[in-house]
Amino acid sequence: MAAITLERLAHSYLPNPRSDADYALKPLDITWRDGGAYALLGPSGCGKTTLLNIISGLVRPSAGRVLFDGTDVTHTPTESRNIAQVFQFPVVYDTMSVYENLAFPLKNRGLSRSATDARVREIAEMLGLTSDLERRAARLTADAKQKISLGRGLVRADTNAILFDEPLTVIDPLLKWELRAHLKQLHQKVGRTMIYVTHDQTEAMTFADTVVVMYDGGVVQIGTPAELFLRPAHTFVGYFIGSPGMNVLPARVEGDVAHVGGTAIKLARGYPDLPPGQRIEIGIRPEDMRLKASGEGLPIRIGRVDDIGRIKIARARFEEHDINVVVPEDAIIPGETAKAVPAPERVHVYADGHLVEGAA
Amino acid sequence: MDKPFNNRAWFLVLPVFALVAFSAILPLMTVVNYSVQDTFGSNVFFWAGTDWYVQLLNSERFHQALGRQLMFSAIVLIIQIPLGVVIALCMPRKGWGVPVCLVLMALPLLIPWNVVGTIWQVFGRGDIGLLGYTLNRMGFSYNYVNDVGDAWLTIIAMDVWHWTSLVVLLAYAGLRSIPEAYYHAAQIDGASRWSVFRLIQLPKMKHVLIIAVLLRFMDSFMIYTEPFVLTGGGPGNSTTFLSIDLVKLALGQFDLGPAAAMSIVYFLVILLLSWVFYTVMTNDPDRQGGAA
Repeated sequence: MAAITLERLAHSYLPNPRSDADYALKPLDITWRDGGAYALLGPSGCGKTTLLNIISGLVRPSAGRVLFDGTDVTHTPTESRNIAQVFQFPVVYDTMSVYENLAFPLKNRGLSRSATDARVREIAEMLGLTSDLERRAARLTADAKQKISLGRGLVRADTNAILFDEPLTVIDPLLKWELRAHLKQLHQKVGRTMIYVTHDQTEAMTFADTVVVMYDGGVVQIGTPAELFLRPAHTFVGYFIGSPGMNVLPARVEGDVAHVGGTAIKLARGYPDLPPGQRIEIGIRPEDMRLKASGEGLPIRIGRVDDIGRIKIARARFEEHDINVVVPEDAIIPGETAKAVPAPERVHVYADGHLVEGAA
Repeated sequence: MDKPFNNRAWFLVLPVFALVAFSAILPLMTVVNYSVQDTFGSNVFFWAGTDWYVQLLNSERFHQALGRQLMFSAIVLIIQIPLGVVIALCMPRKGWGVPVCLVLMALPLLIPWNVVGTIWQVFGRGDIGLLGYTLNRMGFSYNYVNDVGDAWLTIIAMDVWHWTSLVVLLAYAGLRSIPEAYYHAAQIDGASRWSVFRLIQLPKMKHVLIIAVLLRFMDSFMIYTEPFVLTGGGPGNSTTFLSIDLVKLALGQFDLGPAAAMSIVYFLVILLLSWVFYTVMTNDPDRQGGAA
């Protein structure tokens, strides 16, 4: 077990990267606490898998260092890093039984037969594979195969961290829930550092204590699920997390008032020194607005209302922008036109996409 | 649910039956017809029953040709399959080397059989051939026209040169279809290079290798043109394989009855051996036991 530190880490798949755009992974510093459950969340192609492969040693970074408990392992080959990795598609050794699959990493490390046997049976029990031990691995279902992949990582007592690369992609929706809950339990039981790559926010939020959101090769926010929801550090986090995502509107901010189109919105804090020349926007979550028939607020024209069970989502237009407002199931929609009233303390101000802290 | 039954649908397959009848069944039945009769020409036939078959199966000449043929196919498979797999493993997986290797590998496959025979015939000649001349100058006595061993070596080298590429291309396709994650997982599990081959690459190549073995077996078992051009079946009868013998019998001696019987037996031998290969290679011990 180990804490993993990434120091000024960057990677480009090109031999001579020149501009920022040449980097698959822009310089970043992260420390993964020993025993933490992390999710690496971001859209396809944002560099999540590259980052994961650097930690496991399958990819050598172009710059920076990888430290396990303070020891530099940047140039240590994969097999000596004691990392386990579960891939998107289940990887099992087809010709071997489930037992042999689980025993394989121990056999390669020269562990005695009796110690291997004890360990394999313990892990099989933990994963619920005991009854399948003698079966050919190729015969099992996708979710059982993913358990075997995971088991091959857990079976080694010295695993520093377990990395998951979108492990539930090929699993049936129903089993997905089950396996996800199982993973969470497993993390509590074994206490290993786990890093879970996904582009599914629900998966990330249910699995992880800490979510690392990546966008375009860089880390935009590291925080608990609640922090990501309540204080998105970047407009991308606002869009990407939450369903529907945050409403982002261009604005002109003067002191503690934001002018959005022809409407003024009161803010909870003042913003006396916004950086000049940058694109200023405000972000409001659909959950943080109320609909009223008249009075103060953003004048909107409601296009349609999606009833998704517990809540309703009003899909509307504000001037030339699309805007979503979440309303309770029993709320009455005032009519085709309405006023959307944001809660002042939940309105965030962004300069060039990044959150600006206001002054009290 | 009741399905409507309408036997008139069979008329839709009638054209195919007609085509297959003219292209396969009728010619085959002609051969069967010849194999049970005797003729001296002028369309006069005498019933011979199973005489030709009995004669064939007891003939020394057929036994020897069959033995040579089995030996040849066995040697060809033993060399070409492992060699093809090894070459496929050594081929680059990405970069400019891939198209270069693929084109180089495909080249021998594009050359017509009789040209291959001619190339090696000239290549091996002691007076002007690069191979024959060089070997003789180096002190080896090499002459594929007179020496049985040299004739076999040359034919086998020629077949390996001509057909190993097919195995390489099939094996390479099989290797390319293995997702990168398998290699990564093996690396993480600390698997050796040999384990990666035995546990990942070989099982994943299994299906294409079955095809490779079947194709190479059938082709090598029916080989005709190349040895015919190179040695003409000699020296003596030492490289007279089944198909060469069959042509001698049918066209050289015009023994149509025995030749037809031999054709049928030849066909059945190929069918039987292909079936054996296929059954043995696709045999999965788990499948019979079920999901126990």
